Amino acid sequence: MSADATTPTAPDAGGAPEAPSARRPLRIPGRKDSRGRIDTGLGAANGGDHGAPGVQGSTGVRVARGVLITVFMVLVLIPMYVLLVTSLKAPGDIRPSSAWSLPTSLSFEGWGHAWDQLGPPLYRSVILAVSAAVVSSVLGSLNGFVFAKWRFPGSNVVFTLFLFGMFIPYQAVMIPLQGMLLDVQGALPWFDGIVKLIVVHSIFGIPICTLIFRNYYATAVPTEMLEAARVDGAEMLRTFRSIVLPLSAPAFVVTMIWQFTSAWNDFLFALFLTTRNNGPVTYALNELAGGQNPDYSSIMAGVLIASLPTLLVYIVLGRYFISGLMSGSVK
Amino acid sequence: MGAGRATGPPPPPARATGPNRSIDFRTDSMTRRARNWLPGLLLVSPSILLVGVFVYWLITKNVLTSLQRSTDFVTDRVINPGGYRNYTQLLASSQYQHALFNLLVLTVVFLAGTMAMGLLWSVLLERGVRGEGVFRSVYLFPMAVSFVAAGVVWRWLLSPAQGEGQAVGLNQLFIKLHLPGLQNGWWSADSRFSMAAMALPAIWQLSGYVMALFLAGFRGISQDQREAARIDGASEWQIYRHVLFPQLSPIALSALIIIGHQSMKMFDLIYSIAGPNSYKAEVPATLMWTQLFSKSDAQAAAVNATILLILVAVVVVPYLVYTNKVEERSR
Repeated sequence: MSADATTPTAPDAGGAPEAPSARRPLRIPGRKDSRGRIDTGLGAANGGDHGAPGVQGSTGVRVARGVLITVFMVLVLIPMYVLLVTSLKAPGDIRPSSAWSLPTSLSFEGWGHAWDQLGPPLYRSVILAVSAAVVSSVLGSLNGFVFAKWRFPGSNVVFTLFLFGMFIPYQAVMIPLQGMLLDVQGALPWFDGIVKLIVVHSIFGIPICTLIFRNYYATAVPTEMLEAARVDGAEMLRTFRSIVLPLSAPAFVVTMIWQFTSAWNDFLFALFLTTRNNGPVTYALNELAGGQNPDYSSIMAGVLIASLPTLLVYIVLGRYFISGLMSGSVK
Repeated sequence: MGAGRATGPPPPPARATGPNRSIDFRTDSMTRRARNWLPGLLLVSPSILLVGVFVYWLITKNVLTSLQRSTDFVTDRVINPGGYRNYTQLLASSQYQHALFNLLVLTVVFLAGTMAMGLLWSVLLERGVRGEGVFRSVYLFPMAVSFVAAGVVWRWLLSPAQGEGQAVGLNQLFIKLHLPGLQNGWWSADSRFSMAAMALPAIWQLSGYVMALFLAGFRGISQDQREAARIDGASEWQIYRHVLFPQLSPIALSALIIIGHQSMKMFDLIYSIAGPNSYKAEVPATLMWTQLFSKSDAQAAAVNATILLILVAVVVVPYLVYTNKVEERSR
């Protein structure tokens, strides 16, 4: 967590709202300074505990607030409880009347069965999510550099057109997309399943990655540095490689996480473009859950298995995940 | 995206000091200037090509499909008359109107729920509480879970079966809590407004996101303003009402746009809770699947998708323009 080079003092940002965050240096790529606080401490590792800032209100108010916060936390965690408890029940232990009870004995049968079903698609999802994350991030960083520092006539229009691509309902391209990819597959038989999804996610990830990098470069890379390089006669690509790229790590972390999560969690493209034999884990999970005689212990275990990678990313790298959210939660 | 762009403080004056401007006074030759921006354009051109083809060209093709005339293979009966009449035909169909009404109910409840929860949670947390990081992480974690995975759990939680021995999910929980009167058929109940139940899982997933936005907004307001209001004799409520909330309105707008357009696109969650061809839970996004695969009516599906795109664009485009203006003005 502490790897964020632009956040030298994370713990101070706990809750004392008096700090004029607007005057702070940018901490997180992809968003503006004024929101520089929410990110800190979002990772579970960073508790975010802090002293009481200023006036906290009367004791009554404080207690009421604490109670409410806890009640809401319990409500939010209810589905998690259901998942864990049900996944650990033996098939015979699952009855409507005891649906909310703890298992009478621990059984990992459901987990085993779910793993058998989800293993191969899980592997495909890893390939998909990692590849899409790398490709979109690389293209996004090149674009972001240009849109922030090397504008060309009309670049603002192009940038806005990119942004709109982030918001479109993918239904609006799905029918011709299916046809176009089938045409390609006709010529190149290996162009199927996960390969299709890699291409699609890499491309539809360009807008958000471009936005994140553009906002990051606009503040994190001083224009004077580039000016200096220009006077030196450095070529654009060399400028990018030797000055901009070394500063880009924080933005890369954000876009990689963002793209990884959205490619991993996607279902729409998977449903339209892949089959049960070559689809990602969301497809397989839907199949697992859609049977005639639902085996709830393996279904719930399956949900946990399919969600574990993104949950892990969220727990370990939560703060970057949030800053990705901030710059564009739109999928 | 817009979240960051709409609400952040003025971005640095990248423009005024950017390379383009500095070139302007260094040289007056057109070719020299072109030589300066051309590499930028070249660097972005692969992305322009990809986004151009996969977003704009495919949208065009989809619109063309939506205008095609089509007839039944066997009987030669006209299914889609072609041209704009494809649109009037779909808009007039009761199934589509039903889907639109469902979408309206879903969107209103979803928006109201996430905004209310997000604002409440952010107010609870904004002054800082012990363990804030943990609470924030818990409120936000559903965001990291895919809609499909969430849908599988919520399908179980929202099971319509009622009565001891039958009920599972929340209905069973109500029995356990001695509140059997709260049992209901959820989204599959016989009510025009049953779609409101489908908003519950969506609210569960995205309230934390709205909270994060508002929390960032609160933390961006300098503490001096509260102090000043307090010295002027304002009550805590008055401070929120007249000092803090007004400053959050740009954030509220961003949140409304982002949540609203997500609601219109929502497919995964409904598909995985209600199944592929549920009439009760039908919205345009799921109806498109039915049109395409159950009815093999690509034209109607394309019409549906185009209308969806227009609906989203009506919300998003003015917002993008507005955000751009704000950014320009702050330059």
